[in-house]
Amino acid sequence: MIRANALHKAFGAKQVLNGVDFTLDRGQSLVVIGGSGTGKSVLLRCLLGLERADSGTVEIAGLRDPKPQALAAHVGMLFQGAALFDSLPVWQNVAFRMLRGPRRAGARALAIEKLARVGLDERVADLYPAELSGGMQKRVGLARAIAGDPPVLFFDEPTAGLDPIMAAVINALIRSIVTEAGATAVTITHDMTTLREVGDRVAMLHDGRIHWQGPAAEALTTDDPVMRQFTQGRVEGPIATLR
Amino acid sequence: MSPAAFLGATGRGTAGILGAIGRFLGFGVQSLGWIFRPPWYPREIGAQLMQIGWLSLPVIGMTALFTGAALALQIFAGSARYGAEFAVPSITAIGMVRELGPVLGGLMVAARVASSIAAEIGTMKVSEQLDALRTLAVEPMQYLTVPRLIAATLAMPVLVAAGDSIGILGGYAVGVTRLGFDGATYLRNTLEFLQFWDVASGLVKGAVFGFLVALAGCFFGMNSGRGAQGVGEATKSAVVLASVLILAANYLLTEAFFSA
Repeated sequence: MIRANALHKAFGAKQVLNGVDFTLDRGQSLVVIGGSGTGKSVLLRCLLGLERADSGTVEIAGLRDPKPQALAAHVGMLFQGAALFDSLPVWQNVAFRMLRGPRRAGARALAIEKLARVGLDERVADLYPAELSGGMQKRVGLARAIAGDPPVLFFDEPTAGLDPIMAAVINALIRSIVTEAGATAVTITHDMTTLREVGDRVAMLHDGRIHWQGPAAEALTTDDPVMRQFTQGRVEGPIATLR
Repeated sequence: MSPAAFLGATGRGTAGILGAIGRFLGFGVQSLGWIFRPPWYPREIGAQLMQIGWLSLPVIGMTALFTGAALALQIFAGSARYGAEFAVPSITAIGMVRELGPVLGGLMVAARVASSIAAEIGTMKVSEQLDALRTLAVEPMQYLTVPRLIAATLAMPVLVAAGDSIGILGGYAVGVTRLGFDGATYLRNTLEFLQFWDVASGLVKGAVFGFLVALAGCFFGMNSGRGAQGVGEATKSAVVLASVLILAANYLLTEAFFSA
C-alpha cells in the first residue's frame, strides 16, 4: 500500500534522508519515531508529494511518485498544528474538498457526521478555528482528514502541544478510526504513548535512514542502543543531544 | 575592504537583486498562466472584491477628498501669480484623474492590501495551510493568488473612479467656500475641460496598479520566511515593492499615454 525506496533528500549540505526504505501493507499502522530534526516531517512531505525527493521512489495506493493533487482522493492528512483554514467555519474546513466538487448538497451533513465521529458537537460546526482550543482544532483536523474516507491516513505529531488527557483522547480516536476504517496509517511522533496506542509497527529514523523497524510491542523492549536511548529518554547514548 | 572583496560583495549584491527580480517576474508570468486555467473560485473572487474594493473605499475617499482640496488651494496660489485663477477647476480635475487619483489610490491600496495579502498568505504558509490545500487537491496559486489578482485588477479602476469624483468634489468645496468660485461655473469648467482619455487613462493605470499590488502581496506571502519575523519581513517587502512598482509603472504608462 505504501512503499518508500531509497529516498534521499538534502537541504544544501545537510543530508536529511539518506536512503529511507520501508514497506507498509494495507491496513497496517506504522509509527515513525526519531529525534527532533532527524527528517521525520521531511519524510512525510516526500511521501505526500509536498517535497520532491532528490532520488528514490514513493508508491502509495498504486500511484508511483504521486503529486498531492493525485493523492487527494486516497489520502487524509492531519497536520501538526491542524492547519485549519482561519477564514472558514469549522464545517467548511471539514467538508472543504466536497464543497469544491460535484456533491456540494450534502457537505454540511457530512461535516457534522465527521465532527460527531471525533466527538465534537454540531454547535462547533459554525465556529471559526480561532474560537477552538488546541485539542478541538486537532479533532477538527482529524475530521477533515477522514472526511473523504481515504484508505491511507497520515498523522504528523498528532499529540504535540496537547495535555496528557487530550493526547490520550486523540490517540484513542486515531486508533479507533484506523481500525474501524481498515486504513493504512503513518504517524510521525516522538510521544511514546502514541507509539504504544497507535502503532502496529514502529520505524526509527536515525542518521537519515530507518535504523530499526519491527512490531510496536518490541520497540520498547529491544536491546538496540539507539532505540533504548530514544524510548527511555536517556541523555547518554549514540544519539547526539545537540542537533 | 580590499578592491577584490568590494567587487565580490558588489557582484553578490547585484546577482541577488537580479535573482529576486527574475523570481518576481517568473511568479508574475506563472500567475498569469493560472488565471486562465480552471477551476476558478468565484466565491473567493467575490470575497476579495469585498476586501480589496469595498473595504478600501473609506481610505481612498478620505485621501482623495483632502488631496483634491489641497490641490485646489495650491493651484489657486500658483495661478494667481499669472492671473489665471479661472484654471483652478480644470487643472484640479486633470491632476486628479490623470495622476493623483490613480497614484495616491494605488499607494493607499498598496499599504492596505499588499500588506494584508502578504501577511495572510505568509501566515497560511508558516501554519502549513498551503500544504493542507495541496493535500486537498487545491492548488494555492489558483485558490489564493488568482482571486486576489482578479479582484484587485477589477476593483482598482472603480476605486480610482470614486477617488477621482471625491477629489474633484474636495476641490469644488474649497473653490466655492474658500476661493470665491461660483458652484455652477466650477462644475461647468471641470466637465467641459475633461476629455474621455483623461479619465480612461487613469482607470487603466488603476487596473495595472491593482494587479501589481496583488502580485507583490501574493509573491511575498507565498515566499514568506518562517515565523513571525518571516511574515513581518514579507509584509514590509510587499508594501515597499508594490509602492515602487506603482510609481515606476505610473511613469511608463504616462510616457505611453501622453508623450508627444
